[in-house]
Amino acid sequence: MFAFNETSEKEIEKILGKYPDRQSALLPLLTVTQRQERHITPEAMVEIGRRLDLSPAYVQSVASFYTMYHTEKVGRYLILFCINISCQLNGCDDLLAYTAKKLGIEIGQTTPDEKFTLLREECLAACTGAPMMRINDTFYEFLTPAKIDEIIDSLE
Amino acid sequence: MTQILFKNINLEGLATLPVYEGQGGYRSLEIAFKKQPEEVVEMVKASGLRGRGGAGFPAGLKWSFLAKDVFPRYLCCNADESEPGTCKDRELLLKNPHLLIEGMILCSYACRIQTGYIYFRGEFYDLAQIMEKALDEARRKGYLGKNIMGSGFDLDIHTHLGAGAYICGEESALLNSLEGRRGEPRMKPPFPAVEGLYAKPTVINNVETLCCVPWIISEGPEKYAAIGTEKSKGTKLVSVSGHVKKPGNYEVVLGTPTREIIYDLAGGIRDDNKLKAFIPGGSSVPMLPAELVDTPYDYEALQAAGSMLGSGALIVIDHTMNVVEATHRLMSFYMHESCGKCTPCREGTRWLWQILSRIMKGQSEGDPISKLNDICDNMSFKCFCPLGDAAIAPVVSGIKHFRADYEEFLQNAATGAAG
Repeated sequence: MFAFNETSEKEIEKILGKYPDRQSALLPLLTVTQRQERHITPEAMVEIGRRLDLSPAYVQSVASFYTMYHTEKVGRYLILFCINISCQLNGCDDLLAYTAKKLGIEIGQTTPDEKFTLLREECLAACTGAPMMRINDTFYEFLTPAKIDEIIDSLE
Repeated sequence: MTQILFKNINLEGLATLPVYEGQGGYRSLEIAFKKQPEEVVEMVKASGLRGRGGAGFPAGLKWSFLAKDVFPRYLCCNADESEPGTCKDRELLLKNPHLLIEGMILCSYACRIQTGYIYFRGEFYDLAQIMEKALDEARRKGYLGKNIMGSGFDLDIHTHLGAGAYICGEESALLNSLEGRRGEPRMKPPFPAVEGLYAKPTVINNVETLCCVPWIISEGPEKYAAIGTEKSKGTKLVSVSGHVKKPGNYEVVLGTPTREIIYDLAGGIRDDNKLKAFIPGGSSVPMLPAELVDTPYDYEALQAAGSMLGSGALIVIDHTMNVVEATHRLMSFYMHESCGKCTPCREGTRWLWQILSRIMKGQSEGDPISKLNDICDNMSFKCFCPLGDAAIAPVVSGIKHFRADYEEFLQNAATGAAG
């Protein structure tokens, strides 16, 4: 059964105050859900639809358009590794392979302890700090194998 | 060096209201509120400021297109910065959020707008948090809310987060996304100035564009118009990335030779390699060969050279790189980001990617270079929105200037050298 927790409810109240039209709150509510659960289940989509007077199918049609919404559970640390041009020119492919090997998973997979998910990502707007990755909300730039070790090993 | 946007960008605490005010922040509002809104529009027109997001449309003119006497009206700031190579807005938003708020207040006053939204790409969650803090500070100080500074003008600004879709940087797709829909582009006309957000008149401007406005109002449009070239006024933030020694965001006067940006500001090519190619305005504009590195960095000169200034992302490629590999990577991006609404873009990007993949494997059957050109020709100006034309830019320009790179892969196959 899905339910928003107290923090999410407070956030939702604030979100609904921003727009003259409730439907505008759809992406923000999906984001709140994902931050609470780390992914978005069909039950959550039903609940979001109920709050915004939208059908669950409509909620799903919008959610499926955007790559940041995950329908499968992701790890506590979501590693988005930029592979677009500026990072490519600065050797991201080798670093991504290095990171996958370090975590013992393939790109696109989650570690068995659900700690890390590693995904290939398109440009994240930190091109002057290439190669770069984003872990949860934090950007890490000018990556090297040593720096990747240091960052990943420091995560609890 | 003229620094308008980056003058004090690394000042500690600039993101907080007291430090920002200490730098003269929010003083342009007093000047603007003494004028009629239309006069503020005229000032921005007279400055020659053009949109910094990619299209380069004159900002003041855009503001003057709003449908007359239709209210409410909306301002949407485009902070969806997703164009590969571009990261200038991120630096502004991270270090100087109040500058954007001040610019949005000026635009809203000029256009009689009472609600503004800042559309952040979803990955800018941290920046949206910083902006929320800055908006709260501005509300408490009375720069936002009812009767701002006794002017009788009301305005509030809200943040809104996208969720990972390059296409939402296109203005009509951004509006759909903000309305809680799939981020697919809309048919134009009607243009957003007539029917935008919630079908009301709407101004959509890039972060950097709005950040230029406080200086124009404070210092005067003549002073702004005196900077740059005849048609490209002011300064531009340029994100220099790729094979340079000192990648970074640099503020340059429009018309500065591209060579100076690459070799003086960004320190030249890494390992003192040879410059091979540069993409002057983000991945969606044609790449140019090293011979054209003296082209002045402005809208007209770059267009005359066969490319565009775009979003101001200068991607530098040295002689060790085969441009087919870079183009293949970009095509994988466009294929992924094509929204699927129209056929030439949805199918075309996939076919281009497939053929580029085959070329990289050395498969030369069926004259793949001609086929690439043929598909590009069939996509050019035939897609629903500019994404399709963006996608073909690296292919067409790459074949034009670096055909040898394509032939290298195919040649290797012919001699059995390709893996």
